Amino acid sequence: MMRRRDLLALMAGGAGTFTLAGLPGAVFAAAPTEQRLVVVLLRGALDGLAAVPPLGDKRYIEKRGAIALKPPGESGGAIALDGFFALHPALAPLEPYYRNGELLIVHAAGNGYHTRSHFDAQDLMESGLSAKGHASDGWLNRALGLMRAGDTRLGLAVGAAVPLILRGKVAVASWEPQNIAAASPDFLATLRTLYRNDKLFGPALEAGLKAQDFSAGVLGDDAMQVKGGYGPGSFRPLAEAAGKLLGAADGPRIAALDMGGWDTHVNQGAETGRLAQNLTGLADGLDALAKAMGPAWRKTALVAVTEFGRTVAVNGNNGTDHGTASVLLVLGGAVKGGRMFGDWPGLDRLEEDRDLRVATDARGVMKGILRDHLGLDAAALAASVFPDTAAIVPAAGLTRT
Amino acid sequence: MSQAATASVLAAARFGFAARPGELRQIAADPRDWVLRQLKQPLRPLDAALPASSEMVAATLTVLRDKRDPADRKEFAQRVRGVYLAEVEARVRAAASSDAPLLERLTHFWSNHFTVSGLRPVVRGFTAAFEREAIRPHVTGRFADLLLAVEHHPAMLLYLDNALSIGPDSMAGRLRGKGLNENLGREILELHTLGVDGGYTQDDVVALARILTGWSVARLNDRNPGVFKFYERAHEPGAKTLLGRRYVEAGEQEGIAALRDLAAHPATAQHIAQKLARHFIADAPPGDAIQRIASVFRDSDGDLARVTEAVVREDAAWRTPFAKIRAPGDLVIAACRATGFTPPGPMLANSLRVLDQQPFFAPQPTGWPDEAASWVSPEAVLRRAQWCEVFSRRMPEPPDPGALVEATLGELAPAETLEAVRAAPSRRVGVALLLASAEFQRR
Repeated sequence: MMRRRDLLALMAGGAGTFTLAGLPGAVFAAAPTEQRLVVVLLRGALDGLAAVPPLGDKRYIEKRGAIALKPPGESGGAIALDGFFALHPALAPLEPYYRNGELLIVHAAGNGYHTRSHFDAQDLMESGLSAKGHASDGWLNRALGLMRAGDTRLGLAVGAAVPLILRGKVAVASWEPQNIAAASPDFLATLRTLYRNDKLFGPALEAGLKAQDFSAGVLGDDAMQVKGGYGPGSFRPLAEAAGKLLGAADGPRIAALDMGGWDTHVNQGAETGRLAQNLTGLADGLDALAKAMGPAWRKTALVAVTEFGRTVAVNGNNGTDHGTASVLLVLGGAVKGGRMFGDWPGLDRLEEDRDLRVATDARGVMKGILRDHLGLDAAALAASVFPDTAAIVPAAGLTRT
Repeated sequence: MSQAATASVLAAARFGFAARPGELRQIAADPRDWVLRQLKQPLRPLDAALPASSEMVAATLTVLRDKRDPADRKEFAQRVRGVYLAEVEARVRAAASSDAPLLERLTHFWSNHFTVSGLRPVVRGFTAAFEREAIRPHVTGRFADLLLAVEHHPAMLLYLDNALSIGPDSMAGRLRGKGLNENLGREILELHTLGVDGGYTQDDVVALARILTGWSVARLNDRNPGVFKFYERAHEPGAKTLLGRRYVEAGEQEGIAALRDLAAHPATAQHIAQKLARHFIADAPPGDAIQRIASVFRDSDGDLARVTEAVVREDAAWRTPFAKIRAPGDLVIAACRATGFTPPGPMLANSLRVLDQQPFFAPQPTGWPDEAASWVSPEAVLRRAQWCEVFSRRMPEPPDPGALVEATLGELAPAETLEAVRAAPSRRVGVALLLASAEFQRR
């Protein structure tokens, strides 16, 4: 079977119509930055109080009841961080990053809106708007716009569909493991001609071919076939492949990927159970991504963000319902981590008597990273990336610059 | 090109899936009437011996209770997989062969509106049965009846956790210290009826959750395990106030009354009209069309045959051929319908998984998206192309591709597409090119 790279070579060398118009040989060549930024969207609302329990809060045990975690030192106990906060034992693979100063944890973080609808909240988290409107593009795409990469596709969506956060004016690549036979070169060549005047399918097919050739080159044909499947274990192979792609010198610089399974209304569990399994999947995936990136990890900031948190109290089914503030993980070789960031609002006074209140606006964290790590202009960030957020100061000193 | 020819292609693709060979000619006499007549036809049950949800619910409960041995669990998972593949095949076959494809499309539309997803493993054995039992019989009936059938169904009660929700002051609640789960209450308001901007509050979410306590599934020690059962002992006693209306204690009837009121709420009419218009007119449908559809919904007391007729009567739905991208599930059915070749269940399921729309596995309770931006990405377009080629390679007897273009796109086929298909080196490649063409990828 002919490899796709051969196909492109064949096309480029054959009839003039099929050369890669206006694009360099490699997909992502001549990137305007060496820095990497990854956003992991935790869909379904991660319980921040479970992921990073505030064991030192005197109301913690009383308020969390059956799902309170045991203190460090006990069997199945949480992992001590700074004496007040701890890490869920299932996040153990992330502990070394905290110790090495590569994990920064922002607790009681919110995204600047108040809704308990998953779907509205995810739209707002990705669009970067403060209020609902018709969101057609995402803040990460608008940030890409500021990077002036020209035709180079700096952005990568891991998964077949481009999530809202990466949709917009700037074209991005997407990648997903394939479980289907490659199309034949002749067929694709004809299709490229047929699509060339189609505004949607034309550019998409061109980009798809180039991105896949690139990823086959980086990952090898075997890795292209990773099994998808469902459940907590399905994140790791995607994260690992994303890490390899991001690690390549001529690879993408900005990526977004998804992980679901956080909507724990029933049997959330404490140190073990449904949420613990998902946390293990997340931690394993992030660890694999970091290792797969190689030396580029030093230039990386990764943000794992969720649409909102969950109720402080347990509901009727040992689960938790939709809440307000949650936790934000900032991970990477370029991160000034090993610490907690932001104020702690306490469990004494709750939002509507049920939720953790927001102490830190996640958009300030994102703006700080975009400004300091990617070198984007703060005024432009407040004007276009997170519109109407001039009052939200970019958080300083989150990354090594 | 003639208006009738345009309308025929549009009628077949937009309101059904795709024209079968020869069908365009039948439609051409009066395309709009061809669509509307389907609303008067009875919807046939699926042509396959498939287990009732009660059987699969009971089997699932048995495995959860008795089978700790991984081998037993694996055996059950294989049985579930077998049922799933048979369901997927029967569903695609029905849509690919129906004389009333609009009704099949409506079934899929409402099934997506009331998503139940196998991503919650407990419901995997009966997600398709849910569609057959709760959705299919009601697509041209009253919205209120559809809503009641859906919210009573074990699949929905388990998927959105209501089966375990217990009134804190109910007998069971006081005894066991367990309580409310607001998941279903919220999604009924946000997704199934009023819509997220429908004007409800967190208190309304809790009120509806309280009203629905006790709506659950008959356990194994029951005479009829696996069917809906109202558990008085788990029902929160006392009056509840939802959206300013007081519901006095009435057990299961309280929930029925509340759901009927939600079905009749003006915000529900608006929400449903908006979704139907987006599905049948355009990703961003005109506001006046939405208003007209919503007013028919209100005036007809949610008579879905009349509401659907209102959609079909909108001129905007007929103005722009190929305004909508075919979602992957639509593409697969359209290909089967146009070519007369429906692959067996395993290949269908695999196709739909590869194309990222595996039936009954929507990622979230919102269901699958219904706009181009969610379906057209570099990776997805390449996948679609690959799939079209694989599909045509699997056909036992590929039809003449030129004739296929005529039969599906009629006069709307661009000369270039027709030429490319005719010039293809083989019938198979020609068919693949038609299926992958930008026109066939849309409806």
